[in-house]
Amino acid sequence: MSRVAPWHQANWDYRAAGNFIGGGSGTGLLLFASVAATQGAPFWVTGLMALALVAGGLGFVSLEIGRPLRSLNVFLHPRTSWMTREAIVAPLLLGTGLAAILLGSMAMLWVAALLGMLFLYCQGRILFASKGIPAWRQTGVVALIMVTGLTEGAGMLAAVLPWIAPETPLRWLLGSLFLLLLARTVVWRSYFNRLSASGAPGKTLAVFARFDKLFLMVGNGLPALLAVTLFAGGGAITSLLAGILAVAGGWALKFTLIARAAHNQGFALLKSPVRGKGQPGSGAKPGWTLPAEDSGQGRA
Amino acid sequence: MTRYVMVVDLRRCVGCQTCTVSCRHVNATPPGVQWRQVLDIESGEYPDVHRTFMPVGCMHCGDPPCMQVCPSTATYQRDDGLVGINYELCIGCGYCAVACPYQARHIVHRAHFAFGEQPTAAEAASLDEKRISVATKCTFCIGRIDESTVAGLTPGVHPEVTPACVNSCIAEALCFGDKNDLESNVAKLIKENEYFRMHEDLGTDPGMYYLSDERK
Repeated sequence: MSRVAPWHQANWDYRAAGNFIGGGSGTGLLLFASVAATQGAPFWVTGLMALALVAGGLGFVSLEIGRPLRSLNVFLHPRTSWMTREAIVAPLLLGTGLAAILLGSMAMLWVAALLGMLFLYCQGRILFASKGIPAWRQTGVVALIMVTGLTEGAGMLAAVLPWIAPETPLRWLLGSLFLLLLARTVVWRSYFNRLSASGAPGKTLAVFARFDKLFLMVGNGLPALLAVTLFAGGGAITSLLAGILAVAGGWALKFTLIARAAHNQGFALLKSPVRGKGQPGSGAKPGWTLPAEDSGQGRA
Repeated sequence: MTRYVMVVDLRRCVGCQTCTVSCRHVNATPPGVQWRQVLDIESGEYPDVHRTFMPVGCMHCGDPPCMQVCPSTATYQRDDGLVGINYELCIGCGYCAVACPYQARHIVHRAHFAFGEQPTAAEAASLDEKRISVATKCTFCIGRIDESTVAGLTPGVHPEVTPACVNSCIAEALCFGDKNDLESNVAKLIKENEYFRMHEDLGTDPGMYYLSDERK
């Protein structure tokens, strides 16, 4: 028998999640590496890490597409496809970033960082344009992808900077990490609340409900607390731990969003047909948790 | 301008799945892939319960999200409203499949058959390597529609140029035609009956109309 209630989409799995994970962390790291470079920190290590993450993420995608030999066709639809736009930005970002590292050019590093933000924005819009997945098309998903990418970038730099450039001041980075963790908490809660309020597949909400507490406590609260303690003093180990937790929280968020909570729209019957001379019956939207005003239509 | 749509009279559908079988026969879809399927939906609360059979598939949307997101332009929309896929361009990224709110798109990464590893004679004859690892979906039997101009026939009127599922429907629950031709069967059905379209709130302008009652 055919499925009626939403089920988990089977087209994008951990490989797609890998692209969002690598792209978000890489572009976030590139931005913060650029800022750190203005404080005198060397950027070739962090820059290379950032570019490797972005390239690695794209590599994950190439493992997923059905016809990789035709992958250049991805560039054919810039007019409306955010995937094409992401693909156009990617070589510019990687090329500029690599050139910045090879030439030691701060100006090019900033151009690469800005291209990274554009790349990250494209990734958010890729999800937002996916009308078939309620968790992705929800307002706020672009902000969520952006803010977690930046948080992961700050976290990654906080994890490695004390080891590769111990003389570089850390307070600005820890302050940024703290604020971004707060922002990620707010944006996540806002996203989740809106999704619940506007109606969504019950299984999607159940996955997020299970994820929510752990994410808030371990992925945001704990690294925020560690970042604050570092203001009072602390070492590279504490910074490493705060960074790892901030990054892990973001990676878990994106893996959950793409590979665990991406239930599709399912089907809906607005009203059942008239039989004989009767009246139309009630409709059904199986598997959905609907807002109160629509509840006559659906069954959770 | 022509706009081909399908009208589904939910009062008539008996859930026999003949349309599903007919589609699979004509389009040679592999096991597990049904471009035309019939849902069996229960609604209401005891004792006022209802059971409805609902044919679904690609809605050939007026504003197809699958086409907007497709990075390769493999998914296209014709002037007559039909949404098609160029299998030679498709990279099989699956973006269209997650953008479609009707779960109408399928990607099969290797040929597989109804009875084990070897195809039957019919499966071997209809096997199309171009459809492996790319997105596929209902085409409204686009080849037949194209023949209509050559043959001087009318889709939805003449069976030779009408989608297979419509031809096979034992209850005449499925109708096909040009919505903008006021004399067409579909235009009259839409005018004379109460109807709804699935997930219309998503702004896709779907091309399948579900009739639920006569217009009073």
